[in-house]
Parts: sequence; structure tokens; C-alpha cells
Amino acid sequence: MNRPADPHPKARQREERGSISGIQAVVIGASAGGLQALTELLPAFSERTAAAVFVVLHIPRDRPSLLTELFARKCALEVREAQDKEPVAPGTVYFAPPNYHLLVDDGPQLALSADDLVHHSRPSIDVLFESAAEVYGKRLLGVILTGANEDGAEGLAAVHDAGGFTVVQEPETAQASTMVLSAMQLKSPDFVLPLGRIAELFRTVGLDSSLRTGRPLG
Amino acid sequence: MDAQVEPGYTAAGRKFEIEFRLLIEAIYHLYHYDFRGYSAASLRRRVKTAMVRFHCDTLSQLQDRVMHEPALFPVLLDHLTVQVSEMFRDPSYFRSLREQVVPILRTYPSLKVWVAGCSAGEEAYSLAILFREEGLLPRTLIYATDINAHTLQRAEAGVYSIDRIAGFTVNHRQSGARHSLADYYTAAYGRAMIDKSLRDHIVFSDHSLATDSVFAEVQLVSCRNVLIYFNRALQDRALNLFHDSLCRHGFLGIGSKESLRFSSYDRAFQPFVREDRIYQKGAAT
Repeated sequence: MNRPADPHPKARQREERGSISGIQAVVIGASAGGLQALTELLPAFSERTAAAVFVVLHIPRDRPSLLTELFARKCALEVREAQDKEPVAPGTVYFAPPNYHLLVDDGPQLALSADDLVHHSRPSIDVLFESAAEVYGKRLLGVILTGANEDGAEGLAAVHDAGGFTVVQEPETAQASTMVLSAMQLKSPDFVLPLGRIAELFRTVGLDSSLRTGRPLG
Repeated sequence: MDAQVEPGYTAAGRKFEIEFRLLIEAIYHLYHYDFRGYSAASLRRRVKTAMVRFHCDTLSQLQDRVMHEPALFPVLLDHLTVQVSEMFRDPSYFRSLREQVVPILRTYPSLKVWVAGCSAGEEAYSLAILFREEGLLPRTLIYATDINAHTLQRAEAGVYSIDRIAGFTVNHRQSGARHSLADYYTAAYGRAMIDKSLRDHIVFSDHSLATDSVFAEVQLVSCRNVLIYFNRALQDRALNLFHDSLCRHGFLGIGSKESLRFSSYDRAFQPFVREDRIYQKGAAT
């Protein structure tokens, strides 16, 4: 991408929160248009990424998901469908399976739940983000992408309240903007960025600490 | 594991964590329901939604009400435990039972089945219907257990909202049904009532996988989407009960995204229909 543009007017300046370092996990939520957005974003994580990446993409509940196979071929990181009680491995992308909520539990390990739909969705972005915020606190980066419902707004607020960093896709560039707009309404995110700049962020976030430069982004 | 997390708790998060532990202890000591071995992530979420429902700003307030308003506890228990399932949820599971497990069950002169964590009874009735269609029901007794007595009453009533029936019917058909689901219920006033003659083969009973022990020898245990709510120690306890309860070469069915891989019982059961999470008791050779 070109030189980063000025931060979105609604975005709080990163300086208020200190530098975006020490990230151990990234949670990503997306719905309508999300597949395309993820295709641009997930390959941006380099094989040196030590952070774990958890993804909820709203998918049909009644059939197996092909996301893992699809992204395994495109990504430098290992890509898996989340299994219940699996210990979280660094540098791994976990997709929530269809018809289950994905949560991060103490350990950290993965947990699935068959609880009620949240915002008509299972998996729900709120459920993932809230549980990850509990476990990772300020070491978490939460990202809300394109989508046509309100799932994720409360989750992103929980990430913020626990001291984590929050990013939303620039609404003008989202295929469906409802989800990012609801997230922005609830809590003003740290960054509002087009996909290209989120990809830039992913290239440098949560790198193996022995390799991290310590140079702030931006 | 190597991704050890130093929790980056805020002060508020730390207080919540303390209050959460205290609430679980209070419920255990006062009402003898043991949530101490539940997966914290799911339980935290349910406790948080309970705070909203009971208009409590803090978990300490909720604990105060739990301790001093006895009428509140059953409502909270429902909130913490009730699971909405479907009849014939994951039809391929039932199809595999029908096509691969039933032929072996046929060789037993009498059959006992344990549906552990039966909630509102959908799964127990599904199995009763499947066993009737396969001609096994007359010699079968199904134990359907749950920790929540209120839920068990609902299960025993066998009444479901009529708008859920369409989904149940599709699932049933995909499970390899031999009859129409409509043969097994009567509809009236927006409700569907399950045929009483199915219920005659089901014993609904109060049982906790956390604190109770084995009560019968069974040929099949179906426990789906229950173990995901337990931590590993409690999951192992439950699997131990299933293992002790099952006859030699008995069958265990778990949820479509559950796995024995992260338990101590990985080797005590062999995959029988791997993709549908049906296992058979007996060590791999």
C-alpha cells in the first residue's frame, strides 16, 4: 500500500494508549463480504507471527465449513477449525466451526458452546471477543470488518474496556457497513482503516518477541 | 502451553474474577450444585447475562440475592444450565446410529440407553422414535438425566412449540426416517405433544455428572454438547462414569465438535463412526 493516510477523524490517536506492542492474540469478526476481506487480510500475517488469531465469520449453520481448507493454502500461518479444549498454539489461525460459539478459556485454551444464537448468529463475534478480552486483556487486538448486522459491537467494546486495542474497517470501504458503524457507535475504536492498512498492521503485529523490533507502528 | 498468557486484567476484571469464584462457591455450599468444574469461559458469559436479567450491577449483588432469596435460585439455575437443543440435531449422527450401531444393538435381548444432560428432552425422544422405527423400543429403557429438576419436568411433559416442528421434521427425514414425524406427536393450540407411548420407555431422572455416580449398565450413552461446558477434570469424571456404565463394547456418542483427544479417555474408546463422533468402549490394539 501507499503511505498511510491520516487516521480517520473518529479514531482516537494511538499515542493515548501507548504503542501497539505485546499483542498475544488477534480476534477478527466479519459477516457479509467477510470472505473477500479475510482473503486480503489473513495472508498478511507472516510466518514469524507469534500471536494466535481467532476468526468468527458468519457462515451457514447447517453444513460443514470449507474455510480451513480455503485459507490453509493462502496463509503462512497454520489454519485450523477450532476444537473444544484445544490448547492455544502461537502463530495459528483458528476459525469458529459452524453452529458453535468459539470462546477463549483460561489456559489459554479453546472452548466451544452450543448456547443460544447471539444476534441471530452462532458463531457470534460478541461471544468470541468478550471471552478473549477476559483472558488476554491488554494483549489483545480486536478487529471488526464488513457485515450487515450488529454482532461484534459489544464484543469490541469489551476488548476496549479490558485494555486491548481495537480496529474497525473504514465503513466507506466495507461491502456492508452496518457492523462497523454499530461498533464505532458503541466505542470509538483506536483505528479506523481500509483493508490495505489493516493488512499492514497484521504484517507487524504480534511477531515473535525475539524478532520484534519494538518500533511503534503507524 | 507455550502461549502462556500473563493476564492483562484491569482492576475491574480482577474484581469480577474474584466475585465469579465466590458466587460459584456460594451456590455449591448453599444449594449443592457444583459448577466449580465448568468451563469458565461459557459460565462467565452466562453469569454476565444473568446480571442483566436480574438487574444487578455487580456479581456481589447477584450473590447477595442468590443467598438471601431462595425463590431466585431455581430461576438462576435455569439460566445457567438450560440448553436449547433440537430433535434429531445433526441428522447424520442419528443416521449413523441407525445404520451402524442399531444392527449391533439388535443382538442384545434387552437394551438400556443413557441420555446424559437431556435438558428439555429433545434427544431422548429422538432416540425413542429411532428405536421404535427400528423395532427396538419394546425392549429398550432410556434413562434421560439432567441436573435441573425443573428442566426434567419440561422434558417429561414432552411439549414443544409447534414452530419448532418444521425444523425437527427436516432433521428427522435426513436421519433416515421410516415414518413421518407427525406419527409421533399430536398438535393443538400451537403446541406439539409427543406421543405418550414413547415416554413409557423413558425414565427422566435427576443426576449430576459432577457429583453423582453410575446407576445402571447401558449399551449406549448419548451425551452431546454437554462436555464442552466442563473443564478437563470434570470432563474426565463424566467420561469415567460413561466408561464404567457401558457394557463391554458399548457405544458412546458425543457432539459433532467434541473430541476425546484432549481427555484421559482417548485410548479407552475407539472411534466407531469417526465423523459422527460415535465411539466404542475398548482399548485400541
